[in-house]
Amino acid sequence: MELFGIFLTAALINNFVLSQFLGICPFIGVSGKLSAATSMGMATTFVLVMAAMVTFLIQQYILAPLGLDFLQTVSFILVIASLVQFVEMVIKKVSKPLYRSLGIYLPLITTNCAIMGLCLFAAMRHYSFFQSLVFALGAGVGFTLAIVLMAGIREELELADIPRSLRGAGITMVVAGTLALGFMGFAGMKF
Amino acid sequence: MSKQMTINAEFAKGLWEHNPVLRQLLGMCPTLAVTTSAINGVGMGLATTFVLTCASLMISLLRKLIPGQVRIASFIVVIATFVTIVDLTMKAQFPEMSKSLGAFIPLIVVNCIILGRAEAFASKNNPGRAIIDALGMGLGFTASLTTLGGIREVLGNGTLFGVQVMPHQYVPWIVMILPAGAFLTLGLMLGIYNKFNHRHEEAALRAARLAAAAKGV
Repeated sequence: MELFGIFLTAALINNFVLSQFLGICPFIGVSGKLSAATSMGMATTFVLVMAAMVTFLIQQYILAPLGLDFLQTVSFILVIASLVQFVEMVIKKVSKPLYRSLGIYLPLITTNCAIMGLCLFAAMRHYSFFQSLVFALGAGVGFTLAIVLMAGIREELELADIPRSLRGAGITMVVAGTLALGFMGFAGMKF
Repeated sequence: MSKQMTINAEFAKGLWEHNPVLRQLLGMCPTLAVTTSAINGVGMGLATTFVLTCASLMISLLRKLIPGQVRIASFIVVIATFVTIVDLTMKAQFPEMSKSLGAFIPLIVVNCIILGRAEAFASKNNPGRAIIDALGMGLGFTASLTTLGGIREVLGNGTLFGVQVMPHQYVPWIVMILPAGAFLTLGLMLGIYNKFNHRHEEAALRAARLAAAAKGV
């Protein structure tokens, strides 16, 4: 039940994009097309889960016992960067079509602050291994949900008559604001 | 003289023309997350400016030593080092500010402005120009964050830098300091920024047309 609470909190109540402001860059940048947004969401979820597991082990068995907590930022970002590189190589080897459909989005995940943010939050809240795992899964689902919703709305917006100065990023932000208002409705849920 | 001009232009481009937030749409996450008050905007902006300037200087000095294949990883290590310095300094010197900015101080490491300037500018220019460019970009970022934070603080809380500015009868719009307010305010700020630029472009176009017509006569 507690794990379920962590999952729902990360996915809906404290949605990573719409209430924690993590991963805004891909949310604005890659939400133009529904298919690209779905791929991006799935790739990010995958990296989130992997990164949560690896950084948990590093925090638990290397940094904490040796009192090297001040190296957290440096070591986490290095782990994430190499992990993304590794995931890219594996996907390229295992499934060529998937690799092609993700394309340039894969390396860009390194600078997605949702990944780094998730690892820092999990370390800050002293989550156990399974809690971190579920937390990462929830964050990934929340990110995918937000970016897919946004892409769907933006595809409709292409036909709308928007004032010239608000076209592009401006209207995207306003729509994101409306979505964030909607997600505030989940705030009443308690676990 | 012309050298002086270009350095001024290098500095000024980050403030308006290539403003990192309003034009390049970089560093959106801290922009939206910490700007619940003007002072938070200043703190986040200055912390980012410090990291940006130091990292740009370092990367510019090392640009001939770093091999092309591992440059991104090397840049990230340099940036992460300065972020750790800022994080620890702020925890020691400004514990309150550090608490209100929370995880967003260590998250400066994934702020795309810094990696973007390192890749696009510092790794290709000499240290002097790299510092000027970083300072301009950093101050442009700070200015945008402070403006956004100021608007949200005045409307959402009735204060500016903690000082009451709205009359006491004013009922604060709580939504402005909630996440939705951040998106709405930034969206409208982008709209106003673009409106200014469009008007400027149109005026320049009209002036050029007038000049051409005068020449024709």
